Amino acid sequence: MSVPLEHDYIGLSEAPPSMEGSERPSERTSGGLNLKATELRLGLPGSDSPERDKGMVAEDKAGYPLGVLKSLLVVSGAKRGFSDAIDGGSGKWVFSGSGGSEAESGKGGNLFSPRGVNGAGKGGLVGGSEGANQNTGLGGPILKDGVVPQSPKPSQEKKPQLSAPAAKAQVVGWPPIRSYRKNSMASHPPKNDDDTEGKLGSGCLYVKVSMDGAPYLRKVDLKTYGSYRELSSALEKMFSCFTIGQCGSHGVPSRDGLSESRLMDLLHGSEYVLTYEDKDSDWMLVGDVPWEMFTDSCKRMRIMKSSEAIGLAPRAMEKCKNRN
Amino acid sequence: MDPERKKVVERVAVSTFPDEVLERVLVQLKSHKDRSSVSLVCHSWYDAERFSRTHVFIANCYSVTPEIVSRRFPNIRSVSLKGKPRFSDFNLVPPNWGANIRSWLVMFAAKYPFLEELRLKRMTVTDESLEFLALSFPNFKALSLFSCDGFSTDGLAAIATHCKNLAELDIQENDLNDKSGSWLSCFPENFSSLEVLNFANLSNDVNFEALERLVSRCKSLKVLKVNRNITLEQLPRLLIRAPLLTELGTGSFLQEHPACQYSELENAFNKCMNLNTLSGLSEVTALSLPALYPACANLTFMNLSCAALQSGEFAKLLVHCPCLRRLWVLDTVEDKGLEAVGSNCPLLEELRVFPTDPFDEDTFHGVTESGFIAVSYGCRRLSYVLYFCRQMTNAAVATIVQNCPDFTHFRLCIMNPWQPDYQTNEPMDEAFCAVVKSCTKLQRLAVSGLLTDLTFEYIGKYAKNLETLSVAFAGSSDWGMQCVLGGCPKLRKLEIRDCPFGNAALLSGLDKYESMRSLWMSDCKVTMNGCRVLAKEMPRLNVEVIKVDGSNESQADKVYVYRSVAGPRRDAPPFVLTL
Repeated sequence: MSVPLEHDYIGLSEAPPSMEGSERPSERTSGGLNLKATELRLGLPGSDSPERDKGMVAEDKAGYPLGVLKSLLVVSGAKRGFSDAIDGGSGKWVFSGSGGSEAESGKGGNLFSPRGVNGAGKGGLVGGSEGANQNTGLGGPILKDGVVPQSPKPSQEKKPQLSAPAAKAQVVGWPPIRSYRKNSMASHPPKNDDDTEGKLGSGCLYVKVSMDGAPYLRKVDLKTYGSYRELSSALEKMFSCFTIGQCGSHGVPSRDGLSESRLMDLLHGSEYVLTYEDKDSDWMLVGDVPWEMFTDSCKRMRIMKSSEAIGLAPRAMEKCKNRN
Repeated sequence: MDPERKKVVERVAVSTFPDEVLERVLVQLKSHKDRSSVSLVCHSWYDAERFSRTHVFIANCYSVTPEIVSRRFPNIRSVSLKGKPRFSDFNLVPPNWGANIRSWLVMFAAKYPFLEELRLKRMTVTDESLEFLALSFPNFKALSLFSCDGFSTDGLAAIATHCKNLAELDIQENDLNDKSGSWLSCFPENFSSLEVLNFANLSNDVNFEALERLVSRCKSLKVLKVNRNITLEQLPRLLIRAPLLTELGTGSFLQEHPACQYSELENAFNKCMNLNTLSGLSEVTALSLPALYPACANLTFMNLSCAALQSGEFAKLLVHCPCLRRLWVLDTVEDKGLEAVGSNCPLLEELRVFPTDPFDEDTFHGVTESGFIAVSYGCRRLSYVLYFCRQMTNAAVATIVQNCPDFTHFRLCIMNPWQPDYQTNEPMDEAFCAVVKSCTKLQRLAVSGLLTDLTFEYIGKYAKNLETLSVAFAGSSDWGMQCVLGGCPKLRKLEIRDCPFGNAALLSGLDKYESMRSLWMSDCKVTMNGCRVLAKEMPRLNVEVIKVDGSNESQADKVYVYRSVAGPRRDAPPFVLTL
């Protein structure tokens, strides 16, 4: 697994990764969201629940693995078990940047980030850590693995990853994709059938809601609800016509024998969970954070089958069970 | 016969063929290459050609001055101009580099008041220029801006307001300041001449009712490409008002409402019998896609590069498109999708596969060499390919060009620089050797992957028809570039970045550059001194160095060399040094 790069959809975030890495936690805490405090743990082995007070420190110590691990989760479709994420994260992740098998180190070796180089800081891993969003066109070769920047002379060895060129702090524009294409993919990244961007209008906050197995998406305006309860009852009404197992694959509404309470059961019971994708492109369970924080960070929602949600985090699952 | 008499006879023989007749004949000649040849025959043919020419194509706006053009060609109605070097598309050229249309427009207004068409690529165009254009040419009919910058939607508003005879407005992929969509509402209510409208890449909402009315009264509308803000629900209302459409670019194809609106869509597409080109389809889903099927029977060009289709739904779509000749897709279709291309599109000539996540090096996504191979087995007429992938092998490319020896354009982008053949770990030299050996008609080549000088030896030796070569992160020494410059007799454009080619390589092309359009070298090993030597030896070349902040004094970071009869640029910004 390669390093997902952190990108700003619109702007040209020039800040070098190390700055981003350390700013990130403080951004969160100073922004009042304190997502750090509410993050489900994906710490390194040996750490228990997130160290709330030392959130920043935890991230620093870990270099980038925190964010990177979570993105790992996202990229793999949230199917990796918790322990997989940790194992994949610890040694290999930080140092090879590919977080996977050795066979991929060839690819990982040619990491190119839009940020340019940082020295051998942060455990040698350079590059943004969050999400897999699109770059707006800034590219630049970065170092691999703590190789100190030297003058650009790519040697002609068979293993080019060992002789990555010097970092450039400026725009490189590789791969050669035209800016308009990058921008258009950035604002509408094609992830399955969903759009990740919540449309912001004046006073409305539309996010898309998909349900596994339903033939189309719905959109809800989060600003019209004041609490989780209102949201969930609205969703129940919206999706009550779809239930897997009750309907055909085209979602033909079959209301016989299906009541709102039944759907409630489905949602709160073992079949489905309501999840959302937050600003960091992580899939979280709905209901864990205060409502305002949720509306601020929710980009889209998905009613997913519980079996798929297991990978989210055991603690979240516990919470889910407790709700029953 | 005494010599004097013979000469008189000869002279008379030539002049009995009136110039007017010759001009009438030459007017039929459209190809600028043919016209170039004609103008070289003799003086009277040169004159006949220049009076009969109505369209001029200037491939490098700095190679000639507006004055020279207007002196030679007095009757121009249509101009195509290209400005910045191509690598400016990838942010390798700093902003405000030049290529401003202004001085050209001033000349046009004076010398070509009946100008009808202007097509610009990589030029800087301001709103003032657009307004000046709109007001200066009463017969103006067609404006096409591709990859230009410097203007905003205010400029478009001026065009819409004042160009009473506008037939074509094509605003593609420009870096413009999209302030609002109100420009579309500036077309007067009695305006009805539009035949081509392309605003697919603009991001602001236009007034839909205004668009609907516009489409309604422009009875000759053939090309309509809307932006993604036009919804799937709105699309049928446009389609029914444009029965003559041959090219359609849809807006968003996301179906947000239940099935009842689907039938309206299907009906609308049922009536689109003349479509040969389809694009757009952003946010398309498996559910909405089938509505298209009825309109696909005659499609020859399908541009799905904004539509993230998965292989299954893509394969189902292809079954309905047997006539495809050109196909652009995203790599979300993966190898399986490309297999479907091979199975369903035997007439395919052009394939472009764009990456969805070019900066995410997760190799689990996208296409590999197998997809390309599959296409090559099914589409033997393939002549143009642009392929972004993360892994490739020499053997795969050899197979591909064996299946499809007719390639004229082969652009392979292995996205990780210096990447070897992932199976053998060898350089990709043999792949490109196979390409240049098998594809004798090759005109354009872009190489990638781990490449030594051997690749360039092959190119110099075998690529006899090569006109454009793009090189990045390749080569081992000056020898590579020397081979290319010493070989390829038809080379016109050479663009190089991040390669270990230095002064020796640069100077080995002394004799060649005047026969080429341009040379670009960035982040190579060329020094200022090397460039100075080149400039001194070849006074008819413009040798320009773009200095980048913070770089070494003696390094020539970005070098742009081009032939010109206009002399050095007079509008060069401070960071462009003309040597």
